[in-house]
Amino acid sequence: MAAPVLRWLCPGRCWAFARIGGCSCHGRGVPTASTSSGKRGQSSVARQSLITAQEPRKGDREWAAVVGLEIHAQISSNSKLFSGSQVHFAAPPNSLVSFFDASLPGTLPVLNRRCVEAAVMTGLALDCRINKKSLFDRKHYFYADLPAGYQITQQRLPIAVDGSLAYSVCVGKKLGQAVTRTVRVRQIQLEQDSGKSLHDDLRSQTLVDLNRAGVGLLEVVLEPDMSCGEEAAAAVRELQLILQALGTSRAIMAEGQLRVDANISVHHPGEPLGVRTEVKNLNSARFLARAIDYEIQRQISELENGGEILNETRSFDYKLGCTVPMRDKEGKQDYRFMPEPNLPPLLLYDSASLPAGADPQQVINIDRIREQLPELPSVTREKLVRRYGMLPEHSFALLNEVGLLEFFQNVMKETRAEPKKVASWVLNTFLGFLKQQNLAVSESPVTPSALAELLNLVERKAISSSAAKQVFEELWRSEGKTPAQIVAEKQLELMQDDEALEQLCRATMEAHPQVVMDLKKGNPRAINKLIGLVRKATLGRADPTAIKEVLERQLSG
Amino acid sequence: MLGRTLREVSAALKQGQITPTELCQKCLSLIKKTKFLNAYITVSEEVALKQAEESEKRYKKGRSLGDLDGIPIAVKDNFSTSGIETTCASNMLKGYVPPYNATVVQKLLDQGALLMGKTNLDEFAMGSGSTDGIFGPVKNPWSFSEQYRKKRKQKSHGEKEDSDWLITGGSSGGSAAAVSAFTCFTALGSDTGGSTRNPAAHCGVVGLKPSYGLVSRHGLIPLVNSMDVPGILTRCVDDAAIVLGILAGHDPKDSTTVQDPVKPFVLPSLTDVSKLCVGIPKEYLAPELSSEVRSLWSKAANLFESEGAKVIEVSLPHTSFSIVCYHVLCTSEVASNMARFDGLEYGHRCDVGVSTEAMYAATRREGFNDVLL
Repeated sequence: MAAPVLRWLCPGRCWAFARIGGCSCHGRGVPTASTSSGKRGQSSVARQSLITAQEPRKGDREWAAVVGLEIHAQISSNSKLFSGSQVHFAAPPNSLVSFFDASLPGTLPVLNRRCVEAAVMTGLALDCRINKKSLFDRKHYFYADLPAGYQITQQRLPIAVDGSLAYSVCVGKKLGQAVTRTVRVRQIQLEQDSGKSLHDDLRSQTLVDLNRAGVGLLEVVLEPDMSCGEEAAAAVRELQLILQALGTSRAIMAEGQLRVDANISVHHPGEPLGVRTEVKNLNSARFLARAIDYEIQRQISELENGGEILNETRSFDYKLGCTVPMRDKEGKQDYRFMPEPNLPPLLLYDSASLPAGADPQQVINIDRIREQLPELPSVTREKLVRRYGMLPEHSFALLNEVGLLEFFQNVMKETRAEPKKVASWVLNTFLGFLKQQNLAVSESPVTPSALAELLNLVERKAISSSAAKQVFEELWRSEGKTPAQIVAEKQLELMQDDEALEQLCRATMEAHPQVVMDLKKGNPRAINKLIGLVRKATLGRADPTAIKEVLERQLSG
Repeated sequence: MLGRTLREVSAALKQGQITPTELCQKCLSLIKKTKFLNAYITVSEEVALKQAEESEKRYKKGRSLGDLDGIPIAVKDNFSTSGIETTCASNMLKGYVPPYNATVVQKLLDQGALLMGKTNLDEFAMGSGSTDGIFGPVKNPWSFSEQYRKKRKQKSHGEKEDSDWLITGGSSGGSAAAVSAFTCFTALGSDTGGSTRNPAAHCGVVGLKPSYGLVSRHGLIPLVNSMDVPGILTRCVDDAAIVLGILAGHDPKDSTTVQDPVKPFVLPSLTDVSKLCVGIPKEYLAPELSSEVRSLWSKAANLFESEGAKVIEVSLPHTSFSIVCYHVLCTSEVASNMARFDGLEYGHRCDVGVSTEAMYAATRREGFNDVLL
């Protein structure tokens, strides 16, 4: 998480390093947008000034950036939002298109219950107020992947409003200095996804695949409470984990199930907000922060060079690493919003307002949904910290990888080793091996039981921890062998014979009087040399700590 | 036979006095004879004869489906009919063959009705004369009545006869004409701002506009979603009631249909009107009302009064706002509903391939008539 890289190879321009005062993820001041609300909950961090690589120019003042997000998450459901066609990733083109999705005249939308439940669940998880009555609208624009010429969305009165999302960012250079920030959720709305256009410039044609047209989306609108790419990325990551924990969306960015548009502007603290640009379709977790930071820098440089920011829509060019204006979206669009006449208002109930004798199939009870909400990531982390005394950043790391928490918990079931040790093994050694070979937890050749057995061996002092690392490597490479077998094969058992150790130590000291003299003279490194010699003599089977203890005792006694 | 009511014909079919195929043939030949009315866009002869065959089998086994089994019907060409071209009298949908049936069409077919064909209309049901479709105007059968001919002959000599005809009103003019000319026993129209009742009045038949939400709009190519309803045209009120009984009810495919179950009903025969109270809205007595209409209105009111009914003046105070609201809703919803006609998924598509926008513009200019544009 470096400071934003400020020299981009963009055709023609080289962006100069500029002062940013506002990005709090680097331990500097709190962003000071002129509006503040009680819900911002920003922790105060001591103000420090950014160390610039070049001399600040005359009249250089601090800049603050303001970032808001519109996140589209595909709802995990069997069928689409308003029609019965199926939802599948990577199906043959135009194979999942109902008459309604193709906009055949005379077809009408029918609301999918599961999608409504997903929206309510997500709204409750984000502390929103669920609107018991919400409305659907048409948003019109002409595009090949929008068959009806309009999208059905919720513009006037969405299903959930006024929530908040808490996320964690690292401050300072040390890992472990994390603070919790919150960003307000303006609203969550249900809307249709569009189809996909594939532009074939070679043959001057556009191919349209309507499989995705009509799939249910949750649009989560986050207020501009964030101030840099890292905060935005952290917020998106947390939202992703929440959606996955709820099961309302698989939220895999690579499969297009989670897409982010960012609204970015810059201003001098204390002054009104600047003109904002929209950077659309950020579909990669990796590039999210980079794109936002790039745009912030671009705007700062533009303004410092006397230019002005246009209220335009831009996209991020991954190859060039910069944002570019989008051709198609020049000029302000008039979407001609209109109530959707084919859908009556969506009415939700709670236990108090549920009409007597209502068919449970036909109504949705918010209270019931609240009771059945799955555990949220923040609660899971809290529990880990409380139960195992785990460091908070470890709890984050465990939840950050699919299946890792389960793996950890399965290891814990079968070992008496300290949770901190287990966590360290899982997060460093185990995860390290996985990442090296680009494997998912589910593809690991080492089972939780195997790791548990290994840790038990260390716990019983049957082997040293360095030996354990060797065993782990072997476990990874050869399936089927147990840790005990490998230990036996490689003769890695720790020396248990104290007598023998004592003798060996005395013998080594006698054999190397020079080293002993160095030690008595006060050379601190001499002891390590002795330990090394003894270890060699034991063929690495003695625990260095034990050796040290014996040597020290023998020397003093 | 063609002049009988639904119940009478149904009874005749049950008793074997006439077979569905014979009935079908009669209607088909009458359709051919009255081609000059231009009431039908598509005549589905093969389909109808096949349906007649099936109906006949059922009658032979004594297992008729109901009052509409074997009865010739017609459907306005803005209802989706599976496998049968549905044009909405527009170039935009010329050649468009839907892959599904509108709910109301399906309900009629499930009752064994015989589909004679798709009737003419104003393009996309926008109009009140049935004159603005690409297949030309529909002529009112009464143009060819003896009374009218005599009147015209007296007034103008040497005028070409084929230019001397009356409009059917619209936009369901084709359906009204089809029923009025005895080519079918009932026809489906659609009604947004009078498009079933208007042509019914012009053609001297019964036109029923069901309350919004009573009958499913699934498959009805929409004009104004908040106001459209399928309309029923018949030659007598009892027939309209029978058809309504078949069509009404909640449709899961149309979220605007009322959920309450529709109880089957039979119209009582009205012999005693003394308990009836008839209201005459005073706001409807507009200064623009023609004297002919006004006198007919009075005549009807007096008829009820003389028979013992109570006839009183009532007020519908929002009447003056109705046309303004109608215009706002109509123009916005029509523009919205027409947005899907871009030539990409179905229907007419122009030859312009320069860019998507150019293709849209040319397709829509070629596809729509001036009223829509």
